This record gives sequence, structure tokens and C-alpha cells, in this order.
Amino acid sequence: MSATMGGAGALRGARRGGEFVLQVALTLLGLLAVTFFIGRVVPIDPVLAVVGDQAPRDVYEAVRAELGLDQPLWWQFWLYVQKMAVGDFGTSLVTNRPVLDDIARVFPATLELATIATIIGVVLGVPMGIAGAVYQDRWPDQLVRVIGLVGYSVPIFWLGIMGLLVFYGILGWVSGPGRLGVFFEGIVDPVTGVILIDAAIAGEWEVFWNAVSHVVLPAAVLGYFSIAYIARMTRSFMLDQLSQEYVITARAKGLSEARIIWVHALKNISVQLITVIALSYARLLEGAVLTETVFAWPGLGRYLTTALLAADMNAVLGGTLVVGAVFVGLNLLSDALYKLMDPRAR
Amino acid sequence: MSTWRAQLLTDTPASRNQARLGQFYRGWLQFKRNKLAVLGLLIVLLLIVVAAFAPWIATHDPYAQDLARRLLPPGTQGHWLGTDEFGRDTYSRLVYGARITLMIVVLVAAIAAPIGLLVGTAAGYLGGWVDAVLMRLTDVFLAFPSLILALAFVAALGPGIENAIIAIALTAWPPYARIARAETITIRNSDYIAVARMQGARTARILWAYIMPLCVASLVVRVTLDMAGIILTAAGLGFLGLGAQPPMAEWGAMISAGRRYVLDQWWVATIPGIAIIVVSLAFNLLGDGLRDVLDPRKS
Repeated sequence: MSATMGGAGALRGARRGGEFVLQVALTLLGLLAVTFFIGRVVPIDPVLAVVGDQAPRDVYEAVRAELGLDQPLWWQFWLYVQKMAVGDFGTSLVTNRPVLDDIARVFPATLELATIATIIGVVLGVPMGIAGAVYQDRWPDQLVRVIGLVGYSVPIFWLGIMGLLVFYGILGWVSGPGRLGVFFEGIVDPVTGVILIDAAIAGEWEVFWNAVSHVVLPAAVLGYFSIAYIARMTRSFMLDQLSQEYVITARAKGLSEARIIWVHALKNISVQLITVIALSYARLLEGAVLTETVFAWPGLGRYLTTALLAADMNAVLGGTLVVGAVFVGLNLLSDALYKLMDPRAR
Repeated sequence: MSTWRAQLLTDTPASRNQARLGQFYRGWLQFKRNKLAVLGLLIVLLLIVVAAFAPWIATHDPYAQDLARRLLPPGTQGHWLGTDEFGRDTYSRLVYGARITLMIVVLVAAIAAPIGLLVGTAAGYLGGWVDAVLMRLTDVFLAFPSLILALAFVAALGPGIENAIIAIALTAWPPYARIARAETITIRNSDYIAVARMQGARTARILWAYIMPLCVASLVVRVTLDMAGIILTAAGLGFLGLGAQPPMAEWGAMISAGRRYVLDQWWVATIPGIAIIVVSLAFNLLGDGLRDVLDPRKS
């Protein structure tokens, strides 16, 4: 009996695993279809986009054949999927290097920025959201509401420029644009690509602090938007919990309010919170494009915009695809964590 | 109570129009209680007025350059918000920028909302493989952050305000499709739909006349709430140099131009940013107010 049950369970597990893999594969195929569509179908003539309108006839024909544009569309897509599957994103026109190598080089900078911003968002956003729920309709709640509203209405690049004006230009508390001062470049060998970690490993503390003074402002600007989102969501989760019966029971038993909130209720919203944090991390990728432009931060966002202005389609589509894949990955990860941590969702 | 109010608020309207007007009036009474939402509405109306009467409201030609009077601070005689790097009057450029902002918002909504409505109602009503295919498509578009996808579209189409509008619209429709589909699924098995079908109404007619009108309310709320996001995305594209092209007086592009002077002439980049904040804040407040009236379940 138990053997058959176990067998059925394993079968069900395998089936769900299979469905998961299929879902991931379909989504990735969809991402490829969108970038393929943008790269080959939307431009009036993709060949012109590569060779320019001054190219002689034979060059034009050669590129056309090389791109496979004389083939039927479905066959072109199949070739495209095959190339992408082995990580061949083509060569960047700007850097003349494989796009995938370029992305691997710039991605740690974005990761560094987004991670610090998320940490800021969690450390400040969660307590603010809880305060908003506990003091509902009083000033902490109003504050959370205002921060959220402003977060949805302020252009992030403008906030960055104002931050530079005030904290760099007027007060001089932080360093200006860029990731490191000129005098600190090249001292530390890139190991992880994340300067803060590399400097700490090498024990170069001057470099470390210089990097900190560069990252603080862009991370705070990005972090503001994650505070706005995380605080708002925490508030609504917490409000849900505080009206539950177990909270009344705990109060009747004489537990302190702090214990009820920080131990009992927080534990119950932690699963939902992790989902929200993963989503806010994914959203930061979007804000990073504009923030990196303002702060001359050499990350994926800046790489994308530079490529855009140079009409470097391979780099643009490669970058878009990577962002899409990371976005999807984070969504799936938060789904998986949800199922893992919440017994009801199993 | 005056007679017209009594007539509007009656429980026994005599005609369909009276009932409709009455419902509208009740909604307005509820909306009016939300002071912030009314403020949002007033600012949006002001934006429309400014955009419509820009030539009369502006004090200067927004494109007239005067290099002798460049980068003047706010409060200067004749240029109360100062001038930019070509000596153009910032106030007049802001006024004309209202036209561009309004045009972007209206066009994006006019393109994206119908696409979403059509995809969503078709998927929800027809079900089966149509539903599966359309919703997978929606999911794929949702898998990209909207600014990134808009960037890629603009890269393929070429920079410019028209292409920016098309790109934003192409990234804005998936949430509308989701909403329309959810609404359609809740009403597709209603008796009145079954009646219409038995009377021989074609699928297209059922979608158009019986289902779409019921999806409009929640769609309007969502579109209004999205307007701020659309404005910010458009400003972002303008800032990156991919949206409106110079010398067009687009607010995002104005910030981008002022960025070079920010440490010495802070006002050039600051003032257009404030205009963007005020307008997107207004749309957010208006959207919140509309949601409370039209869609009480989700508030």
C-alpha cells in the first residue's frame, strides 16, 4: 500500500517537474520569439540596419544570405533558436567582441547596485510597512502612503540628478558619477567583478571605501523605489494578519504586542514577503537602465543604452534577452520558494 | 432637495437615460468626497486646458533661441522660470510640453486599451486553444520589464516620438488583456449571454455588444492608474534620447539637456522634473479615486 502510494507520489513529483521544465522552456522560447520578432520583423529592412544604406549591391546580398533572410521565416527562427541555445548572441558593433562576453563583464556592476538597493529596500521598507499597519491611519501609515505615491510619480533619472546636485555638488558627502575614482582604477584585480567584494578580498580598504562612496547614492535612489513597493506590500500583508483570530488569541493570552507582531505575524507574512522581495529585485533591473545612465555606472543598463544609440542590434537584443531571462528566472524562483515554504501551496 | 437632484437620485428611474445619469451622479457624489482625487482631476483638467490653449498661455515662442540670454535663473525679468542652454524660455517650453505629454498618454491608451480588450475578451469567451495561445503571448510580453521592451522596440523602429508611442503601447496592453479576460470569464456563463446566443447573435456581436461594455469600467481604472507609468516611461525614453527629438519641448528630453548644467544652473533640469511629478501624481490620485467609485472590490 505504502509502496504504491510512494510510487504515485514520485510519479506526481516527476510529472510536476516535467511540467515545470516545459513551462520554463516555453517561456524561454517565447522570449526568443519576441527578440526575433523585434530584430528581424519590425525593422523595415534588417540588412540595411547592419550594412547601412551606402553599401554596394554584392555586400548587401552577402549579408542578406549570411543573416539567412533568403530562407523562410520559420526556418530563420529555428536557426536563431539554435544559435541562442549555445550562447551565440553575435558580435557587438561597438566593442567588436561577442555580446555574451560583454554582458558577462558588465553584469556584476548591475548586480552590485541592485543587491545593495534591495537590501536598503528590505531593511527600511519592511519595518515601515509594519509600522504603517500597526498605526493604521495615523502618521506612520500616512508616511508609507506618501512615500509610495511619490515612488510611483517621480522619474527615477530626475531623482538621481537631484541626488547628485545635493549630495555631491552642494554637500560633497558622496563621490560623483562612475564606479571608482580615477586614482583607484586598476588597483584591485577583478575576481568576482563586484568591486566591493574584490577590494575586501584584496584587503585594499581605501579602494573599498572609495567604491562605497560611489555606490551609496545610486543604490539609495534605486533603493527608494524598492522601499516604496516593499513597504506598501508589507503593510497590506500585515493588516491581513493582524485581523486574524490567532492574534486575538495571543493578545488574550497576554503576549506583548511587540512579540505578536515581530514573531507571530512576521513569521506568517515571511513567505509572501520573499515573493515581493524577489519581484522588487526584478523591477530594479528596469530602474537600473536609467540610474546607470545618470551615474555613468558601467553596468548592463548603460551597456544597453550605449548600444541603442549606436544602433547595435545584436547587443540590444542580447541585453534584452538576458534581462527577460533574469526577470523570468526571479519570478519562477519566487514561485518555487513560495511552494517550498508554504505548506498550503504544496 | 432640488427637483433635478431628486430626479437623479430616484430609485425608480423612468427611462434608461435617467438611470444612467443617476448612476453617474451617484458615482460623482462618492468621488467628490475624496479630496485628493478631486485635486488630481483638477490638475488633469488644467493639463488639458494648458495643452489646448498653449499658444495663448505661453509668453514666448518655445523654439525661439536667444544665445545672449541663455541659462538665466528663475525670476529673471521676462522669463519667470528662467531660460535653457539656447536661451529658450523654460515656462513656454513647459506649456508646449504639456501638449506632447497629453498626446503620448492619449495615444498610448487609445492603442493599448483596445488591443488588450480584444485579446482579453476573445481569450476569455472562446476559451480552449485560443485562450491558451493568447495568454501565453500575454505572459511572454509580461516577462520583460516594460521599459526594456520599449527600448528594444525603439531600437528596431528608430528613435522618435511616434515610434516611442508605438513601443510603449506595444508593451502596455498585456495587463489590460489579463483584466478583460478575468472579467469575461466571470460573465460568459450569465443567462443574458446565453439568451443572446440562442437568439442567434454572432460571436463578434456578443463580444462587442454584451461583454466589452462590462469590461470597460475596470479597464478605465487600470488605464488611469497606468497613465503615470506611461508618462514616466515616455520621459525615460526622452531622457535617453530615444523618444522626442530636439528641439521638441518634451519634459524628459528637457531634463536630459539640463543635466549637463545641473551643478551650476540647477533649475534647467529641476523644473521640467517637477512638471512630470505633478502630472503623474495627479493621474495616480485620480486613478485611486476612480477605483474607489468604479471598482469597489479592489480598493
